[in-house]
Amino acid sequence: MATVTAAAPGRRRRTPLARREARWAYLFLAPWIVGFLIFYAGPMVASLWLSFTEYDVINAPRYTGLDNYRELMSDPAVARSLGNTVYYTALHVPLVMLISLGLALLLKRVGRLQGFFRTVFYLPVMTPAVAVGILFLLLLNTQDGLINRVLGLVGIDGPSWTTDPHWVMPGIILMSLWSLGSTVIIYLAALQNVPRDLYEAAAIDGAGPWARFRSVTLPMISGALFFTLIVNTIASLQMFTEVYTMYFGNRETQNSFNSDAASFYVIHLFQEAFQFLHMGFASAMAWLLFAIILIITLVQVKLSNRFVYYEGEDK
Amino acid sequence: MSRKMRATAFAGVLTLALAGCGGVGGGNDEGGGTATKGALSTMGFGFSDEIATTRVDAFKRDHPDVDLKVTEGAFDEQQFLSAVASGNPPDLVYMDRKLIGTYAERGSIQPLTDCVKKQDINLEQYRPAARAQVTLDGTVYGIPEFSTVRVVYLNEGLLKKAGLTADQVNLADWAALPALNARLATVSGGRLSRIGIDPKVPEFLPMWAKANGVDMLSADGRTAKLDDPKVIEALTTGVNLIQQQGGWGRFKSFRDTFDFFGAQNPLSKNQIVAWPMEEWFLNQAAKNSPNAELVVKPFTDRQGKPLTQSAGQAWVITKGAKNPDAACAFVKQMTATDTWVAAAKARVEARKAAGQPFTGVYTANAEADKKIFDELYQPTGNKRFDDAVATIRSVQDAAFAMPASPAGAEFDKAYYDAVNRVLAGQAQPAQALQRAQQEATAALDKAAK
Repeated sequence: MATVTAAAPGRRRRTPLARREARWAYLFLAPWIVGFLIFYAGPMVASLWLSFTEYDVINAPRYTGLDNYRELMSDPAVARSLGNTVYYTALHVPLVMLISLGLALLLKRVGRLQGFFRTVFYLPVMTPAVAVGILFLLLLNTQDGLINRVLGLVGIDGPSWTTDPHWVMPGIILMSLWSLGSTVIIYLAALQNVPRDLYEAAAIDGAGPWARFRSVTLPMISGALFFTLIVNTIASLQMFTEVYTMYFGNRETQNSFNSDAASFYVIHLFQEAFQFLHMGFASAMAWLLFAIILIITLVQVKLSNRFVYYEGEDK
Repeated sequence: MSRKMRATAFAGVLTLALAGCGGVGGGNDEGGGTATKGALSTMGFGFSDEIATTRVDAFKRDHPDVDLKVTEGAFDEQQFLSAVASGNPPDLVYMDRKLIGTYAERGSIQPLTDCVKKQDINLEQYRPAARAQVTLDGTVYGIPEFSTVRVVYLNEGLLKKAGLTADQVNLADWAALPALNARLATVSGGRLSRIGIDPKVPEFLPMWAKANGVDMLSADGRTAKLDDPKVIEALTTGVNLIQQQGGWGRFKSFRDTFDFFGAQNPLSKNQIVAWPMEEWFLNQAAKNSPNAELVVKPFTDRQGKPLTQSAGQAWVITKGAKNPDAACAFVKQMTATDTWVAAAKARVEARKAAGQPFTGVYTANAEADKKIFDELYQPTGNKRFDDAVATIRSVQDAAFAMPASPAGAEFDKAYYDAVNRVLAGQAQPAQALQRAQQEATAALDKAAK
């Protein structure tokens, strides 16, 4: 890598060695680039085109201009699914971050058993999403589910998690916490990288635990916090598998659950595309989601300039 | 990241990428479309039991030059559409009959007019309700397989405890249902421990509506009638029965714990007294609860006339089928009377070997059913099950089916959503069904364009 810097940018001719290295670099990058172009960029361009058409997969697309986007804006089912998704994201992301941070702080103190607990917290992440959906359908059963049984032990008559429209989303959020292990591991790694001397210096200056946490820990792990904020936000806005398994996975479940409360944006998109054969409309939905995610991410990145500290930078 | 991209590129990936991924159907067209030679591929079918294997074996035996490739697994819309978009559809698809109208309207499956003619398939042998489900605008698009019908199951042991007999349970008398339900259900402290009457809504709403004298969808599958006062009355009746038993949350969560396929089924565990259900449960009950005090009665309309709803699968030939002639020969043989009888014989043997009673095979081919029951069926010796078999056979001719519709999936979603809104207390039946009517009409109009 050092040899590449030997060539002055843009002006001087690159040395044969640099050229050879560049060729090798492109060669090694080629599989990814080809894969990206064929499986990501190409389909994205195609779906952008399809979003301006009426397309049912079976017959040739018919250009309809902005009709799909107009319909998108006036479709109450789209608004409902988007509202549910935003609601879920607004609760899921902060909860995951807070609980994960709390668990990571506890884990950091565990000492020798840390490896064991790290594995224990990460294991649920390995559970297939479909299995998680089915598992929580059982756990959230109103009469016989474990959650309501536990609530019953302390005298609480648990809600109808899967059938009461007001409790469907809290139930889903509860389920989503099952797989916070990866966020815990990221925070733990970040916490372990905070230099001890910063805490010692703060303690010498009279800082208590809360002040040390606020003034040392949080700034030092802000990069990790920002990363998980972005990643979890994007993942939440694309929630699909677990909820689809629980509420839409087969005809029986699809028939008897309240799809208003559990309809997420990507689930609605999937139904439009593959059940109702409105592939053009579904493509427009996909691009709207893409735009929403892009805007949210840009806002987050912009805000991060004020709140995120990367080691080595001056602030 | 991958999820995002998948969501964003769903549509595009079909046209650009999946062709390279191979799809599912296809294969070499060795036969070049000749009668019964070459490769033949299917989707949506599986070798789940002797009924399936016997019939496929019969086809292979009679058509040794056909290289049959069965891609096992239930019909998957995404898989099918991917195969169609990649220009590599399977020759045959085994799908729910209620989907046929949608795919026929869009031209992804072939009219079987020529196939029926060429193979001399006698359509009259299939039950009218099943035939209606595979026919759109007078054109046949599928050949029906099984015929699933719905009957009323009663736990007579529990009825006796409630001081009733099976004859006294009259689901035709809607005004008396709440009192009967109250007598049969066990709800204590807000906890439901025994269902009295399960109306099985939303799934069975079309049957309750039909019992009240109205079809929810016109015979041509193009006009919704969801806001008809008789549909509203049917829904109100069903929902009230559920509300009476602790509300939808309790009711559904209790019902979700049922295992209809094992020895611990709700019949043997005395968890339910009266419920309409598909006829297949009789086989399970005979296998797992041979001593249960089961009585099977026909569901009836409000005048007491037997009524049932028929459903099931059908074979369709895709538009891009590479070997339509072999496909046609296949569907003919899979649903022919002799093939069904051979399969039923295999079932009889299998049941005998397992020491279990044979309670029949119920197909959409009326001729085959007659032969099976005339030649193979032997009363089990258990009067309850023998009477149940007779009841199921008797209602086959009283069956109706939801007609093929160009927007079948959206129509279903509209009324399921309506019922679920009512069950969840979000809307009144009339209000919910009016909204469903608007949604279904919009979808049907759009599909007709």
